[in-house]
Amino acid sequence: MCPMRVLHGRAVQTGAGLFFGVRGCYATATIGAPAPPPHRLMDGYMDDLETLRAELITAVEDAPDLGALEEVRVTALGKKGRVTALMKSLGGMDPETRKAAGQEMNRVKDAIAAAIEARKGELEAAELDARLARERIDVTLSARPERAGSIHPISQTWDEVVAIFGQMGFAVAEGPDIEDDFHNFTALNFPPDHPAREMHDTFFLPQRPDGSRHLLRTHTSPVQVRTMIHQPPPIRILAPGRTYRSDSDMTHTPMFHQFEGLVIDETTHMGHLKGCLQEFVEAYFEVDDVPMRFRPSFFPFTEPSAEVDIRCSRKGGELRIGAGDDWLEILGCGMVHPNVLKACGIDPARYQGFAFGVGLERIAMLKYGIPDLRTFFESDLRWLRHYGFAALDVPTLHGGLGR
Amino acid sequence: MKFTLSWLKEHLETDAPLEAIAERLTMIGLEVEAVEDPRTVLAPFTVAEVVTAEQHPNADKLRLCTVRTGTAGEADLQIICGAPNARAGIKVVLARPGTTIPESGMVLKTGKIRGVESQGMMCSARELGLGDDHSGIIELPEGAPLGASLVDVMSFDPMIDIAITPNRPDCLGVRGIARDLAAAGLGTLKPLTVEPVPGAFDSPISVIHDTDADREACPMFVGRYIRGVKNGDSPQWVKDRLTAIGLRPISALVDVTNLISYEFARPLHVFDADKLTGHIHPRLARPGETILALDEKEYTLTAEDVGICDEAGPQAIGGVMGGLDTGCTETTVNVVLESALFDPRRIAATGRRLGIDSDARYRFERGVDPEGAIAGAEVATRLILDWCGGEPSHLVVAGAPPAWRTEVSLDPARVRALCGIDLDSRACRRILEDLGCEILAEDALGVLTVLRPSWRPDIAAEHDLIEEVARIHGFDRIPTVSLPRDPMPKPVLTGEQVRRVAARRALAARGLSECVTWSFLPKAHAEAFGGGQPALDLANPISSDLDAMRPSMLPNLATAAQRNADRGVPNAALFEVGPQFHGGEPGEQRMVAAALRAGQSGPRHWDAPPRPVDAFDAKADALAALAAAGAPVDSLQCGAEAPAWYHPGRSGALKLGPNVLAWFGEVHPGVLKTLDVKGPMVACEVVLDAVPAPKAKPTKARPLLKASAFQPVERDFAFVVDDGVAAETLVRAAKGADKALIADVSVFDVYQGDRLEAGKKSVAVCVTLQPTERTLTDDEIDAAGQKIVAAVTKATGGELRG
Repeated sequence: MCPMRVLHGRAVQTGAGLFFGVRGCYATATIGAPAPPPHRLMDGYMDDLETLRAELITAVEDAPDLGALEEVRVTALGKKGRVTALMKSLGGMDPETRKAAGQEMNRVKDAIAAAIEARKGELEAAELDARLARERIDVTLSARPERAGSIHPISQTWDEVVAIFGQMGFAVAEGPDIEDDFHNFTALNFPPDHPAREMHDTFFLPQRPDGSRHLLRTHTSPVQVRTMIHQPPPIRILAPGRTYRSDSDMTHTPMFHQFEGLVIDETTHMGHLKGCLQEFVEAYFEVDDVPMRFRPSFFPFTEPSAEVDIRCSRKGGELRIGAGDDWLEILGCGMVHPNVLKACGIDPARYQGFAFGVGLERIAMLKYGIPDLRTFFESDLRWLRHYGFAALDVPTLHGGLGR
Repeated sequence: MKFTLSWLKEHLETDAPLEAIAERLTMIGLEVEAVEDPRTVLAPFTVAEVVTAEQHPNADKLRLCTVRTGTAGEADLQIICGAPNARAGIKVVLARPGTTIPESGMVLKTGKIRGVESQGMMCSARELGLGDDHSGIIELPEGAPLGASLVDVMSFDPMIDIAITPNRPDCLGVRGIARDLAAAGLGTLKPLTVEPVPGAFDSPISVIHDTDADREACPMFVGRYIRGVKNGDSPQWVKDRLTAIGLRPISALVDVTNLISYEFARPLHVFDADKLTGHIHPRLARPGETILALDEKEYTLTAEDVGICDEAGPQAIGGVMGGLDTGCTETTVNVVLESALFDPRRIAATGRRLGIDSDARYRFERGVDPEGAIAGAEVATRLILDWCGGEPSHLVVAGAPPAWRTEVSLDPARVRALCGIDLDSRACRRILEDLGCEILAEDALGVLTVLRPSWRPDIAAEHDLIEEVARIHGFDRIPTVSLPRDPMPKPVLTGEQVRRVAARRALAARGLSECVTWSFLPKAHAEAFGGGQPALDLANPISSDLDAMRPSMLPNLATAAQRNADRGVPNAALFEVGPQFHGGEPGEQRMVAAALRAGQSGPRHWDAPPRPVDAFDAKADALAALAAAGAPVDSLQCGAEAPAWYHPGRSGALKLGPNVLAWFGEVHPGVLKTLDVKGPMVACEVVLDAVPAPKAKPTKARPLLKASAFQPVERDFAFVVDDGVAAETLVRAAKGADKALIADVSVFDVYQGDRLEAGKKSVAVCVTLQPTERTLTDDEIDAAGQKIVAAVTKATGGELRG
């Protein structure tokens, strides 16, 4: 049992390859099994054989490396090896004795071969251990750098909003950023001298040969106008996009994003407007039962018009939507003004519907706690990485919108 | 629009608390922006009594007072006071340490003044935010109970500030607000009767419209001469009221006009009659006429402005601001009161052009009650007589109210159809009558014929009445109903929108950060990127460096990358998906995905050293965006033809036939210099609009997979070709040599150098042969090889490298 201890000892000592150790142990145990009682006539021979076995086993076990082990193998089992030589000596025996001695011989030969195999496994394991030890790396070093890109919060919010309104059957309509007076103002029932038409709110392009001036759309409502002119009701669209106003301070940027909704059919009334926005707010902010307040207001293009507040709490500087006792204004809306329908060639006696407009940055700021509107447009990588979204974070209603 | 609670209650009979009034105001569309209730900040101030007042030992003008607080068991306080009226025996307003002083917002602390401790403060009216008086400390009535809170001994008037939408000029007066609240069930509108003041004589000054145009600009002018007035301070309650809403009391004659302006939304003006020359002519100004207005600025009028003129010229800018020369002073004895009507559009234009924001302009441009001119004059006369004495003339009335009577019908069924609320004609009628409408008729179906009130210019059609009914009934009582919808929603995005989203996420997945940058940029930047045409200038840019519509997003991305580098975040990789503009007409814009990489491929790393970004980074970005956008990437041709803002030798275009889908390459160093940014920078612009829409297919099924059972074979070939031969030409030729057999050709080495003739390069390709029917024999492989060599030789003029 001694070899087994040695093997075990090695296994423990190296701390590696317990598996090899156990295998070795098993093999050696076979070698060490007591042989059957030898034939009487063969006592002398048997003694030699036993001596040889012991010698060779010792040599095998003492072989320090695979080269030495190979030498032992050649010495023992090679063509000119001692076991082979002893085998040859069987030729002089009587058949009976030879048979018995042959069996005994084979047993010894097998034992030695097994010992060699075991020792080989042992040495190979040791060698592998040694190599692996040499191959050690510092795993605390950093992995190779890979860039992580990001999706801008405006795009992410766009995706979220579209996911929600898509569920309600709103198609996404788009239109040009450069607009004419008709689509941006006149068709939307802005009186000719409305202040918004003046320089202080609207960006204008140079005067054209016919004396008119194009402008940068001040809202995405011209998309509604274009849709109503080109598509007969029923209409259910969302119009998201860039909008421009000549305003720049803490809370205003000369460019920002809006999404507007428009529903035109024969039956949609203000109750539907409330329902639609209630569902949107709860889905977008991912809060159930957000109390909302529709306050009468005034816009040229809707009547009745309302501004919409949602309940919020600002306790401890943290904004919580749907709780608390403050109100937060988030959007304007109303029933589309008959003059707008008329301007777009839709009969207001037959068709009606609602429209609403929301600032995309505003609701992104509210949901994701982004404090400053201006930072949306600064392309500061620190900001983009902090407030941005992973490429694969595609918002879905079934998987949840926000991350 | 600011007003005080007590002012409101002069017109509204209500016992509703302040909070309920504020809440209802907001819910009927008169949005409360602020409620200032002095009682909340003044509660900690108490009534105290000065027991002794002696000279401060170290200061001439300070007094050392002993002040009794009235709190049982509390010792008298020692307070240093600088007020001249601080003396023993008066009742004062005491602020103890810890109290916030409204005027300064500072918290009062015990401190030493000139070496003597002061344990509190006695307050002036100004310190408490109760007016301008800082001549001394407040002296309370003798009977004021010691120790009582100030709010229990003085009456305070909470101020309410509401935002008025432009359609509601009637609510620019307290009475209009009261009427709305009464209609909304918050009380009763008190009756108002305006008693005409009898005139004692004929006005020596007449009012004359010279032309029809003048009459159109100022349809009505009600004047009254009042002689023998004595101008001085108006009564305290008037001064308090004006102060409370942020106006400065000036003199009785001026305060009258302000009071009536805020009470009845009826602007007035009072001239010093002795400073007028001859009669009054409300007329369009003569171009170039000037007037020194009450704000002490001189304005030059045009033929579009209305002047209230005498024989000497304009003495007031009609409906906007009075003139300084004919204004009232403390020496004024005879006055002419003006209560006029103007064309709102003209007032708006004049006010805007001259840049004058006055209370009069604010009201006239939104619309003043056409029936209120005479009443306004009568109310003002009464107040002037009461406060200043004097004797009034008969009214002088020039012109007449412009036509305003509009009959509108309202079908209660339309209220239901549009707003989803069930209100019968009786309920509608009640609301409209409360708002001042007259119901002229009601037919069998309950359809009402309504005469709108003169003060509501915004009511012109049925939907205006529907809004009124819904507003007063309450939007909160409109039921919330789900929008009917398909049980299983269909996809809503267009193909273009889907491709845009995909391109955006593909670029982000490649490590680029998405930016959103302005649609406009400095003109010099636009010019460097093929833009800067006059049609794309902004006529009124927000700043001189945002004055042109962008022809490309790259300048914005490049400068953003530089800003990041300047902040210590180098090697930016940025992209944007947005519009680029090529013309000044609507629609002359294209949806583009632009990406830019600056500096090195990454940070320094112990194992993977970075390299400078190069054109192939940009090409990979372009191809990734194109692939995501559904472009047939394998069929694209690549050519060395990119616009001038790219490095001419290190840039290219990706095309589908003649159609350019993308450009990529190094940004031209000269352009980088124009942008004042440091290179290298590489970029691509992918024109998403140019990517052809995928063919519509009846099913989503993919073609069957034809995976060969036989081992593919790879063979390498190196060709020596002229330097100018494009690798793509060689690869295409090799691929075309046997389309059935050759599955792939890829370049794995390009060599130029000493071992080759000058002007030549070696291009090594790996060709993958994919048999489909049986394993290839050596002969077949050789035959294929020969075909490849022949094809490449033919296409490129090159030869197999020996």
